[in-house]
Amino acid sequence: MYKGGRIIASLIVFVAVLAFPFFYNLGKANAGPVINVPSGTQCVEPVAYMRANHMQLLNQWRDEYVRQGKTVYVNSQGKSFNINIDTCLQCHYSNSATSSSPAATHPAVSTTGASNPAATTEASNSVVNPSDQFCVTCHKYASVEPTCWSCHNLPEGANQ
Amino acid sequence: MKAFYSFLAVIVLILVAVIGGSIANLHFFFGIIIPYVAFVLFVGGFIYRIIKWGRSPVPYRIPTTCGQQKSLPWIKQAKIENPTSALGVIVRMASEVLLFRSLFRNTKTELREGENGPQLAYGSAKWLWLGSLVFHWSFLIIIIRHLRFFLEPIPVALQLVDSVDSMLQIGLPQIYITDLLFLAAITFLFLRRVCVPRIKYISLPADYFPLLLIFGIAVSGILMRYFDKVDLISVKELALGIATLHPVLPSDIGAIFYVHLFLICCLFVYFPTSKLMHMGGIFMSPTRNMISNNRMVRHINPWNHAVEVHSYAEYEDEFREKMKKAGIPVEKE
Repeated sequence: MYKGGRIIASLIVFVAVLAFPFFYNLGKANAGPVINVPSGTQCVEPVAYMRANHMQLLNQWRDEYVRQGKTVYVNSQGKSFNINIDTCLQCHYSNSATSSSPAATHPAVSTTGASNPAATTEASNSVVNPSDQFCVTCHKYASVEPTCWSCHNLPEGANQ
Repeated sequence: MKAFYSFLAVIVLILVAVIGGSIANLHFFFGIIIPYVAFVLFVGGFIYRIIKWGRSPVPYRIPTTCGQQKSLPWIKQAKIENPTSALGVIVRMASEVLLFRSLFRNTKTELREGENGPQLAYGSAKWLWLGSLVFHWSFLIIIIRHLRFFLEPIPVALQLVDSVDSMLQIGLPQIYITDLLFLAAITFLFLRRVCVPRIKYISLPADYFPLLLIFGIAVSGILMRYFDKVDLISVKELALGIATLHPVLPSDIGAIFYVHLFLICCLFVYFPTSKLMHMGGIFMSPTRNMISNNRMVRHINPWNHAVEVHSYAEYEDEFREKMKKAGIPVEKE
């Protein structure tokens, strides 16, 4: 083979680049995001809808509240909710009150990362660590950077 | 007609994927087995093609260049177009691979009405160069962006790429600039084959099929991101599972995801058998990757047959005594 050494070396580099995700994740568990939502609660809309469209719902809420002065959102089942980020945070921001009852992981979301004991115990401390929170951990997992926190503060002055 | 057959082939692939995506029992096959098979075929086929090409003998340098060869000291050499150093070759290859230098020289030919009948006219044609440059770079950035599904934790550089790509902050989820550029470029590349009669004449199904297949991948991905949304967390679990060789199958990812995945797997399988191998082949272009020193250095043809020679020294050794007797002068006593 003419210049076989170089060709084979290049092929090895090529395969190494392709195998990069394998080596990068080597020895790490395929743990999903920590999703601590109190069990038995129902979100503003059904789970499947929220999973796909929560960002658009938040935008809709912002427009209705800020631009149209509407403060109440009526969902598809006819239930009313205050248009306020606190409505979300009641369940999705685990302070000491919600996480003292053991934080239930979302049943439908995670198959492998179903329980992450380290993170759950961390969240049950009275000091709230924003990086453990529902929205933060999910967005981090999917590499999505929401622009919420460029204006809003997290409760209790915790800054993301 | 050739375009139509390719279109039909892509439609059939999409239908197969829709069936696979909507029947839950087939999810394991379409979500895990086919991606692995496709990956192995891709890597194996790629290596096979490259090794096969690498075995062809390359006897001499081919200086088909548009630059001045190294000559007398007062003639200026084109050091990149006609390199005599390894660095020059590296720069020439880099400009070829990263900026499509050869395509930039693309010209068009036209017959024009002149004073004495039709005249042949040449002009520069940069649209193909621009279209392919946009296409390839967008594709690369899109592939890099997809690494967010395969890496955990996600490196900061990757988040940076993501945020730069979505910096227009239009809509939610934010529109990626590369998505738009990619669609525009691939549409251009396809229309070019369909609308320009001369290019249509030389286009084959093998030209249309990859374009349509990649178009299908792009459209299914865009649909999945902006319209028929899928559960990203499950997608990442599946992708991470595949990457770490511990595959898990999340329960409910939408059917559209399986269309996207299956088309990508088809592209991977098709890749080594097709003209898409220019990805590896460009590095082996003999007119681009060799130092232009065909007269500065002696190049020996690798398939030269070994010639038996009988040198004068050997001849003298053999007949020295006889030569001395005959009075013929010898070099060595």
